[in-house]
Amino acid sequence: MNIVVCVKQIPDPAAPASLDPNTHNLDRTGKLILDEADTYGVEMALQLVDKAGAGEVTVVSMGSAADLSGVRNALAMGAAKAIVVSDDALRGTDALGTAKVLAAAIKRVNPDLVLCATESSDGYTGTVPVQVAELLGLPSVTFAKSVTVDGSNVKIDRQTDGGYDEVTTPLPAVVTVTAGVVEPRYASFKGIMAAKSKPVEQLTAADLGLAAETGAAGAGQEITAVVAAESRAAGEKYTDEGDGADRIVAFLESIKVL
Amino acid sequence: MSNIWVVVEPANGALTTTSLEILTHARTLGGTVSAITWGGQGAALAAQAGEYGATTLHDAGDLAGALPGAPVAGAIAALVASAGAPDVILIPTSYDGRDIAGRLSAKLNTGVLTNVTGYSADGTTEHPVFGGTQIVNARFTSGGPGIVVIRAKSFAAESASGAAATVNSIAAGDLGATNSAKIVASHVEERVGPKLEEAAVIVSGGRGLGEASAFALVEDAAKLLNGASGASRAIVDAGWVPYSKQVGQTGKTVKPTVYIACGISGATQHMVGMKGSKNIVAINKDADAPIFQVADFGIVGDVHKVLPALIEKLKSR
Repeated sequence: MNIVVCVKQIPDPAAPASLDPNTHNLDRTGKLILDEADTYGVEMALQLVDKAGAGEVTVVSMGSAADLSGVRNALAMGAAKAIVVSDDALRGTDALGTAKVLAAAIKRVNPDLVLCATESSDGYTGTVPVQVAELLGLPSVTFAKSVTVDGSNVKIDRQTDGGYDEVTTPLPAVVTVTAGVVEPRYASFKGIMAAKSKPVEQLTAADLGLAAETGAAGAGQEITAVVAAESRAAGEKYTDEGDGADRIVAFLESIKVL
Repeated sequence: MSNIWVVVEPANGALTTTSLEILTHARTLGGTVSAITWGGQGAALAAQAGEYGATTLHDAGDLAGALPGAPVAGAIAALVASAGAPDVILIPTSYDGRDIAGRLSAKLNTGVLTNVTGYSADGTTEHPVFGGTQIVNARFTSGGPGIVVIRAKSFAAESASGAAATVNSIAAGDLGATNSAKIVASHVEERVGPKLEEAAVIVSGGRGLGEASAFALVEDAAKLLNGASGASRAIVDAGWVPYSKQVGQTGKTVKPTVYIACGISGATQHMVGMKGSKNIVAINKDADAPIFQVADFGIVGDVHKVLPALIEKLKSR
């Protein structure tokens, strides 16, 4: 069973984020890491391939190739190879353009299953996996909290508002996994060493025939302004000296909740 | 703006609250509002869709267990082909809403804007970013109808006492393999007390609780206040509580009368889902935790001491 996992290298969420005042693009000049949300898909893919007893995991990513440590991290976890689509012309590409790039790259692998996070932790548009599925003509199941492959079908417990649905779909398919679906492994020292020599194919948008549909010029929307939101002022703050609960009760009374 | 389409989600024989909020706002944009639903219950939903401002309710019919994303997007694309494109298509942020938006965007080759909390008649969208500290305004530049995916509680739902909408059946063309994901069974998790999105009081827990069993304190306090219990992403990811309790960017947006955050540091991910609460109370042992920057009332202290004491006070009332 061959599985593609779409991954994204994002600015470290622990560092303060900002938008470039001119282009309104997210500042990505700092260190990039593998989006933690993607590690669940990588782990799930490794487990499914392991269970199938044959096949491999390919990670596919679009973004800067200046720093590939995030992609290498996925390889160190156990993915066999990577395809990274990267060139300066891709800067400013929107969700649909990103999906076109990823779909074209995925086609080169022709996998049985495509796994993605439900959304990235920096852009959180949350539509790219389904757009990829539509462009590839595949069924999709989003918000999976469990994924089991059964012959030529995949069974998914899909999160719903009040619980979950059991969903089945024939392969190939696109599935997005929620965080917590599996416990992502840490890369071992051996894995980290092995990742250094694993193949990383680097492509440009032009290689995929998508130069016109990507970049800021190919985007279907633009940011017109960035303004400060109405801020909430901090209110009263007390250090608990055994009277914290009394103070909360008094506050709840003052707002007539009690 | 003359022609506005709103995707409205059916749930238990009625339209979801978020759908009604968006219909309400769509009325203010100065055009004809048409609603699009699925499930074959159009006749039963027409009165409610009309009451909130839709003149027509297009029904994509019974989906025979298929997930709505592909067939509903297919039916909307077919409607665009036959009736012409609207100025905009507004869709609720939900599991199925995002699926429909993504599919439709690829089918129509048009842009999609998600996490929208405001939309004006000139086509400008509002998106909170960086935990709601900044607002991004955006607009569509491509020719096709823009697809706008709107978060819950962005607008208040208000009836316009409109007459029932005219029901019209719509259908997708050949969907090929895209329509083959089927629901074989549904499971509803048991819930006590009010729904998280509708509760006037929410007591929410985070990593500061230390361990899964301590969430019982959060649930006890919520119950005593006739409220709902919520959670930060950290403890949902850790498997302490189900995803349905998650408040934040990837979870639910809530605006209760009071939100009591227990052991929640206030990651931007979380804040965007609860910053609109009328009052915020925070209990956290770290005096510098970001949650205190938005809290109306903060207690710097150990949640394992303050919360049990609060529960005792509430019990004795």
